[in-house]
Amino acid sequence: MAIFSIPGVRLAGIAAAVPKKEVSNLDYHWVSEKDREMLVKTVGVEKRRVAEPGTTTSDLCIAAAEQLITGLGWDKNEIELLIFISQSRDYIIPSTSGIIQHKLGLPHSCVAFDIGLGCSGWVYGISAMAGMMQATRIKKGLLLVGDISTLTASYRDKSTYPLFGDAATVTAFELDENVSPIHFNLESDGSGFDAIIIPDGGLRNFISKKSFDYKKYGEGIYRTNFQIALNGIEVFNFALREVVPNAKKLLQSLSKTTSDFDYFVMHQANLLMNETIRKMMKVDKEKVPYSIRNFGNTSSASIPLTIVVQLREQIISRKVQLLTSGFGVGLSWGSVAIEMDKVVCPELVEY
Amino acid sequence: MIEEFIKNIEAEFEDLVPGKLKPESNFREAFEWNSINALILIALVKTEYEVSINAEDIQKSKTVKDIFEIVKSRM
Repeated sequence: MAIFSIPGVRLAGIAAAVPKKEVSNLDYHWVSEKDREMLVKTVGVEKRRVAEPGTTTSDLCIAAAEQLITGLGWDKNEIELLIFISQSRDYIIPSTSGIIQHKLGLPHSCVAFDIGLGCSGWVYGISAMAGMMQATRIKKGLLLVGDISTLTASYRDKSTYPLFGDAATVTAFELDENVSPIHFNLESDGSGFDAIIIPDGGLRNFISKKSFDYKKYGEGIYRTNFQIALNGIEVFNFALREVVPNAKKLLQSLSKTTSDFDYFVMHQANLLMNETIRKMMKVDKEKVPYSIRNFGNTSSASIPLTIVVQLREQIISRKVQLLTSGFGVGLSWGSVAIEMDKVVCPELVEY
Repeated sequence: MIEEFIKNIEAEFEDLVPGKLKPESNFREAFEWNSINALILIALVKTEYEVSINAEDIQKSKTVKDIFEIVKSRM
């Protein structure tokens, strides 16, 4: 069981960027008016940010990173670790991290690589970041996490199109011997790899003309094999089965309860799922911030985006204890207990 | 017990007129059935009874009583 702690690494700052273009699910005329109301009320998504074709996750990451580096007052030459976590890369080849390193003007001495994860990306990413910094003594690093999911969702698929929004984030870490350790419980189960999937375009199903043929999968559900498919009920049951025990085991290992934390920040999957988990965790509504209403399910960006748009005032002014859980595509899930103490957090960047 | 189950369903699905839903009611006809309603039902069963039901359970069920029997067998 991967329950572990990493000492000596401080979360120094956090920022997020979203596309300027906003769409409302009340205008999603592919479904009935009643369904649209249900999307807002039950799924919890009213508005979403949508990137223009050609805008990539790395563009949003760079916009957020520039703001954050300025806010931190960091010398770019000191940033020697850059990890980019996403499922929406700029190119099939090469990795996106190098492109970001170059565009941000980071030195050649910077270790830069990609990790391919979605909803669990931020919690997994912190472990990779902090673990590597602790082992290598690299002093400053950037964790860039985000996704543009709207481009690969079919407009004629009511099970995916109205759910996703685009966003990217950057979280800055630095070595600091005086900081509290970060605690993790990370898990995976690849038997559910096809619960959320774009089937074609990789090597298993290489892209072909057929990849662009629309097929009907249910009432109001038409998509190609080059677009994202989501088995809602399977993912829903997975989250209800795994997330609460995962978070509770982490708390037990620390001899803590949810009352020791100021906030419980979840991946913004859908409102019904998150509220069900919140009730199972027995956490008060006031301690569970949401960004899903205004930004949708923003995949890997959802936890840091929620922190930036909902908790900014708190994290910049005082010490805040956060319990966070990411869960979804992979299947991959995990919880992180982390402290934020007067961190740098620029206002949400619009790109 | 099934009366309580029906009350819980009525509380969760606002469109239902209280008292109209019966154990033998076909739940797909009782309210406009869709995949989101399926999620609401799964969430209700999980929080109220700590029981998991899946897509297959719902597919093979026709009436409210069918669902209730599955839930009861797993409690």
